[in-house]
Amino acid sequence: MRQQVVCFWLQLKILLFSPFEGFLAVVFPLMFATAALLVYQVNGDPAAMLYAGIGAAAMGIWTSQTVSATTLVQRERRAGTLELVVAAPTPFSLVLLPITFAMAAIGLYSVVATILWDWWLFDIALQVENWPLFVLSILMAAVTIALFGFLLSVSAVRYRTSWALGAALEYPGWLLCGFVVPLDLLPAVLRPVSWLLAPTWAVEGMRAAAAGESPWGDLAICAAVGLAYAALAAWLGVRLITSARRDATLALT
Amino acid sequence: MPLTETPAVEARDLRRTFRTRQGALRPTRRTVEAVRGVSFEIAPGELFGLLGPNGAGKTTTIKMLITLLIPTSGSASVLGRDVVGDVREVRRRIGYVFGGDRGLYERLSGLDNLRYFSELYGVPPREQKERIGSLLELVGLTGREGERVEGYSRGMRQRLHIARGLLHDPDVFFLDEPSIGIDPVGARELRATIAGLREQGKTVLLTTHYMFEADELCDRIAVIRSGEIVAEGTPTQLKQLVSAGRVLEVETYGVSDDAVEVARGTGGVRSVVVEDRGQLQVLVVSCEPGAEVTQHVLAGLDGTRVGRVSHRDPTLEDAYVELVTR
Repeated sequence: MRQQVVCFWLQLKILLFSPFEGFLAVVFPLMFATAALLVYQVNGDPAAMLYAGIGAAAMGIWTSQTVSATTLVQRERRAGTLELVVAAPTPFSLVLLPITFAMAAIGLYSVVATILWDWWLFDIALQVENWPLFVLSILMAAVTIALFGFLLSVSAVRYRTSWALGAALEYPGWLLCGFVVPLDLLPAVLRPVSWLLAPTWAVEGMRAAAAGESPWGDLAICAAVGLAYAALAAWLGVRLITSARRDATLALT
Repeated sequence: MPLTETPAVEARDLRRTFRTRQGALRPTRRTVEAVRGVSFEIAPGELFGLLGPNGAGKTTTIKMLITLLIPTSGSASVLGRDVVGDVREVRRRIGYVFGGDRGLYERLSGLDNLRYFSELYGVPPREQKERIGSLLELVGLTGREGERVEGYSRGMRQRLHIARGLLHDPDVFFLDEPSIGIDPVGARELRATIAGLREQGKTVLLTTHYMFEADELCDRIAVIRSGEIVAEGTPTQLKQLVSAGRVLEVETYGVSDDAVEVARGTGGVRSVVVEDRGQLQVLVVSCEPGAEVTQHVLAGLDGTRVGRVSHRDPTLEDAYVELVTR
């Protein structure tokens, strides 16, 4: 536990000192929210604006997490630290986990910043019936998106170009998770993909809590899917590291 | 004959093959044998040198021993633990440092880097502060530990690497060209640190390009060439491989390949190496004992501008060059 906490804190320090990640975290979520809300503003429907405002808040975490998480291992490679952390006695999954949670902490900022931005620029006042459950839903979104990023980053150990996967998933994720477009509008064939993405359930939970409905069902599914990500990542981690040691892909940049 | 009943490091017919693929439409596959049947033993407390030119297989050998690469065939153990089957235990008991600028978190301070790796290497929290303090003292970074690593000189980074590698007090220490790119003063300090490790009873495997470094530090040396060990022994024993002869050095300006081949074909000549020294090319000719080759070599240089001609006794570097160019 101590290892997780200390490594989380030190990785958060690295992220906070990074101009690139700082730029992503500060500016991008606000730009995405602005774009989404400008589209919704055309109808002049306050309920639709609230819908989009909540979705836009989660959109920022998704973007910062999926892109950053897949470049995480590449960053370690470039720094020459990947081999060192792999050669440590600590299981590699436990090395990556605090890094992804440090990214989730940055993602949480984007939620708060987006909500304030929505209020300041678009005059959207969040009307939340159940604040504790709303906050819990946000935390669930941050944690499960971090776990999804964790799963993606593990795959990058073996496959050097899998960092591109994060970038490729960024925009489809906005649609598939129902951040700014209702899932009912998607083709039926894509719905199972949405159900496999934990943020879909977290955002549903946020909206339910805001509307005064029970979010527990959504949050339970969200937690289960998130845990499945973690278990899959831990299982894959061992196998992909062994594969990387066999195929000599750890040191390649 | 084994050196001891339980060597600290043991490699038995270690092999490693890399497969590469090039081209998208018509991919061509290539197989490179980086290490071809390397065997050696290192006794506990011994400082063992692995010397060889670039691409000889030194780093690949070390990476197999520290569990970062799985051997294609053969076996290796560290402190009796198999490097493939007992990975966690091997990792607990070894330290690894490589040369160059990389391998540290630039945006963290030296102290935070050591704290981070202390956690990953399972250094008990109560011991961390004292351990880090004593290691900073050992590598001469006390007072600079609060600065971010991005502001460190190459020598400071290398010393921080050494401290990182020693955090968990490993029994066996692998140093892969640790002095590369360090200025002479820094390299001297580094050699003193490495010598100190041996005095503490650590087993050290060191790879280096610098012969004087190997000569000064190593108890035994193995010379590796094209993935195979071509000689092994104490520095004195290796020097004796060529000490029975003499070395002729001829300074030339613009020596041709044909002239070098003529020198190589001269009776009594063991090897010829051309060293570039500014505008000069120096022919380093290793000769058999009693062989008088000077006139023949100079005759072969007809038409080439020749400078100073001298003779000297062979050094460890001559032994090394002869071994890797045979």
